[in-house]
Amino acid sequence: MSSLTAPRKGTVEGIPRRRLHDWRKPRWFVPLLFSGGALAIVLVMTIFPFFNTLILSFTDATMLRPGHFTGIDNFVQLWGDARFTRALFNSTLYVFCVVPFMVVLPLILASVSAGDGKFMGFFRTSFYLPVVMGAVAGGLIWTNLLDSRGLVNGVLSWLNVISEPVPFLTDRWLILISAMVVTAWMGMGYYMVIYLAALANIDTTLYDAASVDGAGPVRRFISVTMPGVRNTMALIAMFSSVAAFRVFSEVYILTDSSGGPGGNAMTMTMLIQREGTGLQAQTGYAGAISLVMFAILAVLLALQLTVQNRQEKDA
Amino acid sequence: MSAVTTGRAPATAPRTGRRRRRANGTQIARYVILVVMLILLAGPLLWQLSLSLKGPGDDLYAQPPELLPGDPTFTNYADVMDQIPVLRFVLNSVKVTALVVGGNVVLCTLAGFALGRLKWRLRPVATGVFVIALLVPLEAIIISQFLLVRSMNLTDTLLGAALPMLVTPLNVLLMRNAFIGIPDELEEAAVIDGATVWQRFWRICAPQVKGMISVVAIFSFVGAWNDFLWPLIVLSSEDNYTLTVGLNYLRGTFYNDPRLIAAGTIIALIPVIIFFVALQRYFIKGLEQGGIKG
Repeated sequence: MSSLTAPRKGTVEGIPRRRLHDWRKPRWFVPLLFSGGALAIVLVMTIFPFFNTLILSFTDATMLRPGHFTGIDNFVQLWGDARFTRALFNSTLYVFCVVPFMVVLPLILASVSAGDGKFMGFFRTSFYLPVVMGAVAGGLIWTNLLDSRGLVNGVLSWLNVISEPVPFLTDRWLILISAMVVTAWMGMGYYMVIYLAALANIDTTLYDAASVDGAGPVRRFISVTMPGVRNTMALIAMFSSVAAFRVFSEVYILTDSSGGPGGNAMTMTMLIQREGTGLQAQTGYAGAISLVMFAILAVLLALQLTVQNRQEKDA
Repeated sequence: MSAVTTGRAPATAPRTGRRRRRANGTQIARYVILVVMLILLAGPLLWQLSLSLKGPGDDLYAQPPELLPGDPTFTNYADVMDQIPVLRFVLNSVKVTALVVGGNVVLCTLAGFALGRLKWRLRPVATGVFVIALLVPLEAIIISQFLLVRSMNLTDTLLGAALPMLVTPLNVLLMRNAFIGIPDELEEAAVIDGATVWQRFWRICAPQVKGMISVVAIFSFVGAWNDFLWPLIVLSSEDNYTLTVGLNYLRGTFYNDPRLIAAGTIIALIPVIIFFVALQRYFIKGLEQGGIKG
């Protein structure tokens, strides 16, 4: 990230410095012609809505009327709202359960599929496929698999592991676990590719040295691979925790928009969508939920930037 | 890409006999992991494909489960298209995606040039705007975005569905970094030859960052095609549904027939899978260049 603000100076021997200075500096309106479109859209569609959310969260606005300033009433109300605390809990639980898998499994996947070996390209492509399929198609695929009469229950009962179908899509906790499986399924290939890039930077002589010292493949993985991609692991932990906290589509599709029995499996984003849309929507209240979500994500992002900066310094 | 093609496998093959035997064991273990992961990651798609082809003569709940349809048929696809306007959803998704890809490629490239290669007083401010926008999570502003789009009278329109994604701050910053990477000498030569700013952009600099432009295009495509939350909020009439929103109703409509859900899913996946298989090396390269900056 540090490179974003790095100043640039162009000097070439033989050309007067002033002229170089001039050619980089066009007439005042030219940069605005170039960047105006993007700047306008980002200011209107991202920056303005952000401040508007900030204001909204301190009002009692609804979808149909602007509302009045009510101080911190919304936040006080949030604290006592069981749906909010449950959504906060669910999203947090999601982070803690998904992130370890996202950090470790893709690394194993990358280690075994790296290189030019037979079919490796085919394996990597297949592993990446779920990433491009998207959460809706992925969610529908897993809905069929995890249904009470779906493949997973079919296989389990065929193997005599269960006598009753497991309620993957109707039990409050199993819904969340099922959604986590879908999230992990979709994220695996994405993080694998990031790890592949990191693995390529590990000095291969380290592996040879470890082999000569009698290290087996597992030992080499723990003693050479894992320390070699330490920074990438930290980075992926941050990435995937931000993504996991924002989860929406998987839970929404698996529960057919209901958020589980009594909305018990709802996540933060689902709650915002539920509270903030439709004619009955309490937009002020939804704004307050959004602001809490922003605050939590801001902390995670700040951590991410710290890790990233440290990594760039190391590199 | 180089990482993928030239990176050496951690399991290197030693030379002596005893070591080779162990290396073979390692190789076997390696392929076992690969195949298990293949089944877990690609298997669900195959099962959905098989379900979508199963005919009335197939027992969906046979024990043990059967992967290959015994009575293969395409009628499920025809049924889905009869009952919900899937092709209309596809067309809507194509329109929204085209707007988003076009907007990102054109506007982010232009802005990236201004931020990366021109000197102007407000440049740090403009860069700051994009950096701050990068840090604002979409979910936290989505209600305000909806109110804004409603005040523009663009709810339930495809333009409204594309609007928030027309310029992704990350793409602007990626383009900026790509432009900064161009050596000054190239542009200086053009300046001495009397090139205008536009000529420097179009003839000299833009061709140098083609790689990053394709990365921006590909990731905008996948992002827009798979976007769900925003179109779900902003589109309300069935005529305007994009594919993801329309698919969402598959489950409610065909609750009792997984074959139809499967057929609908496969129809939705065909375009994006073709796109991916055709451009897969750019996906991998793009992640290495850009993904890490997310």
